[in-house]
Amino acid sequence: MRQEAGGRRQEAFITLAHGSGGRLAAEFIQRRLAPLFPGLGEMDDAAVLRPKGAGIAFTTDSFVVDPLFFPGGDIGRLAVFGTVNDLAVQGAKPSWLSLAVVAPEGLPLDIFDAVIASVAAAAKETGVSVVTGDTKVVERGGLSGLILNTAGIGEMIPGADLSAARITAGDAIIVSGPIGAHEVAVLSQRHSLGFDKIQSDCAQVACLAGELVGRLKDAVRWMRDPTRGGLATVLNEMAVAAKATIEIVEDQIPIEPAVQNAADILGLDPLYLACEGRFVAVVAGPRAEEALRRLKLRPGGENTAIIGSVTGVDNEHPQVRLNTRFGSRRILRYLAADQQPRIC
Amino acid sequence: MCLGVPGKLEDINGDIGAARVGAITTPVNLMLTPEARVGDFVMVHAGFALKVMDGAAVAETLNIYKSVAQTRSRLDEMCARLNETAKGLAPVNLMEVCGTHTVAIARSGIKARLPANVALISGPGCPVCVTPVGEIDMAVELALSRRARVVSFGDMLRVPGSTLNLEAARGRGAKVDIVYSPGQALAMAGREEEEIVFLAVGFETTAPIIAAAVKTAAAADLANFSVLVSHRLIPPALDALLSDPNALLDGLICPGHVSTVIGWQAYDGLARRYKVPCAVAGFEPGDILESIVMLLEMIRAGQAGVANQYSRSVRREGSQPARQAIEEVFNVVDGDWRGLGTIKNSALRLRPRFVRFDAAVKYELQARRVPEPKGCRCGDILSGRSAPADCRLFGVACLPEQPVGPCMVSSEGACSAAYLYGEAAG
Ligand code: SF4
Repeated sequence: MRQEAGGRRQEAFITLAHGSGGRLAAEFIQRRLAPLFPGLGEMDDAAVLRPKGAGIAFTTDSFVVDPLFFPGGDIGRLAVFGTVNDLAVQGAKPSWLSLAVVAPEGLPLDIFDAVIASVAAAAKETGVSVVTGDTKVVERGGLSGLILNTAGIGEMIPGADLSAARITAGDAIIVSGPIGAHEVAVLSQRHSLGFDKIQSDCAQVACLAGELVGRLKDAVRWMRDPTRGGLATVLNEMAVAAKATIEIVEDQIPIEPAVQNAADILGLDPLYLACEGRFVAVVAGPRAEEALRRLKLRPGGENTAIIGSVTGVDNEHPQVRLNTRFGSRRILRYLAADQQPRIC
Repeated sequence: MCLGVPGKLEDINGDIGAARVGAITTPVNLMLTPEARVGDFVMVHAGFALKVMDGAAVAETLNIYKSVAQTRSRLDEMCARLNETAKGLAPVNLMEVCGTHTVAIARSGIKARLPANVALISGPGCPVCVTPVGEIDMAVELALSRRARVVSFGDMLRVPGSTLNLEAARGRGAKVDIVYSPGQALAMAGREEEEIVFLAVGFETTAPIIAAAVKTAAAADLANFSVLVSHRLIPPALDALLSDPNALLDGLICPGHVSTVIGWQAYDGLARRYKVPCAVAGFEPGDILESIVMLLEMIRAGQAGVANQYSRSVRREGSQPARQAIEEVFNVVDGDWRGLGTIKNSALRLRPRFVRFDAAVKYELQARRVPEPKGCRCGDILSGRSAPADCRLFGVACLPEQPVGPCMVSSEGACSAAYLYGEAAG
């Protein structure tokens, strides 16, 4: 019983796990935030508002990353892409962004400028405009890096109808490119591991996701971007939301060799590594090949892959099953806590 | 218990080399492999080269697992051989001693492909699982006191102490950092005034690396670096397990990377004394299957010797320089193991001439004995007497995000591996 008491004591404080992609984070939001903000609704990656026409999507996210600059990206790009990607996987075309920056007193201005420039470049790349913003500075010592917050509004693509409730047996699961590069790039930089070959996958997915939804309309059932907690966590979220059984084929999951090598060295499982420029889409089975073909033709979509399928819905025990490279089958679960370099 | 990957040395600059691991290059410390030359394959563990490997054998293995189709056909062939060898045998219990094997077995789903008469049980080879609560408490207490920055491997962050783990301590303002290699902790100590304490856990694989770090600190006279030593030794623990008359072990899959350091000879006496065949195994699914075949063959023939499946890394005598480094820096002392109690000559302590690097002495820390959490059956699990599913807390009150016992903490702990990588029903 001592352990239970210990567990409760730990609950009195914010821990890092509350901000990770796992179940603890989900529970934390459900318990502490959802009741206060009914406007958060189903808490998909973006809220869908329907004032007129096809409606608009609205989302917000805050960003911290250590280090601020890493191979293939920086916090500025993350802050833009994170939000536009949340809009895109909801079936919206991102249009407007807000930007809030919280900076510590004493931060060199050139760092601040570089980050803001990067925000601007990323926004231009995606075709969104930052239409409102705010900067706050906190006392020296109160913060070591930078905090960025962006909110985004997008216009729903006509015909888009994305909802986990529409997932059915026979649907195919698609991932838009090799997974895990972002987290490895950040870890490599943070721990000076010198894996210079590995660039973060940090990118906007609005073009690819827009192409998919624009062409296939409601044959696209559901999309999400696998950020913290990685692919395995998104698949579990999907299984739970759709009460589905999902079968994934390990061999079909795209992973760059360098990312796999780095994960082996650090003792990390690539299926749980964060991506910042990928999305997972569930597409009606008969349209899967077409989806694949269309995405592969697009820049950034060359390595799209069908990694599995939905084998059943309305299950009391939603489950993600992984058919291993070894010809065996096991359960694939949620991330329990952020992965750290291990020796064992 | 110990991750290691083969890397090919592309460049050497004094004690530091650049090793190519597949598609990437990473810096490695070469203190433990003075004989290494450019072009050699070395076993890389936590930023150190542990041993020069058999280059031809490594190249051959890399070749085997190069393509998906080849890997699959190799594994199918191994499974067929295994089934053939197991035919007609009475049920056998084989223990995979090492936690890294536990994870490899769980991730690849090997168990689902074994014949019904071959069972695998997880052994005590996970440092996170066997480090006593009292020793974690020492690190937590030190970090909370802010007298020093406590630095360790990511594995140690969430190991529950009696009230807090290191991650929770950090949330309360303690100074705690994660590193990939003790080399980074040394660099921190060299760079800053701050007191740096490395929490050193692990077995014979990691001990020589810590020894090398301590020697480096001594040579550089780094007064702000010290080590909280919590190392354990594998053969004494195996001896303790096998000497239990209730032990039902028919064979041991021995840890490949520990054996890279201590050599396969370390199990010779045990195999003969307890009439239990041993096979040292590598970490590819094919390696593990092959080691099982080797064990079954010995069981069939009524032999109890030591087979070496992992010959690309493991020699009879192990690695001379790595063993020497341990010998030079550490004394062997009795040690407490979570779940197994006190085992004679199973732990390491810094020798008197390195005592100024002993954080326990420097900060006057003492490990208290803390009883195990109620209901947790880690002790039985680590000794192979129970399976995780036998614990009533498993998957209910005890989950990876809220571990009750140590076997649920490390992803290589038997309970955690069983939970995270459970076999799919149906
Ligand atoms: S499930 Fe948890 S409580 Fe039970 S034996 Fe394993 S670690 Fe201990």
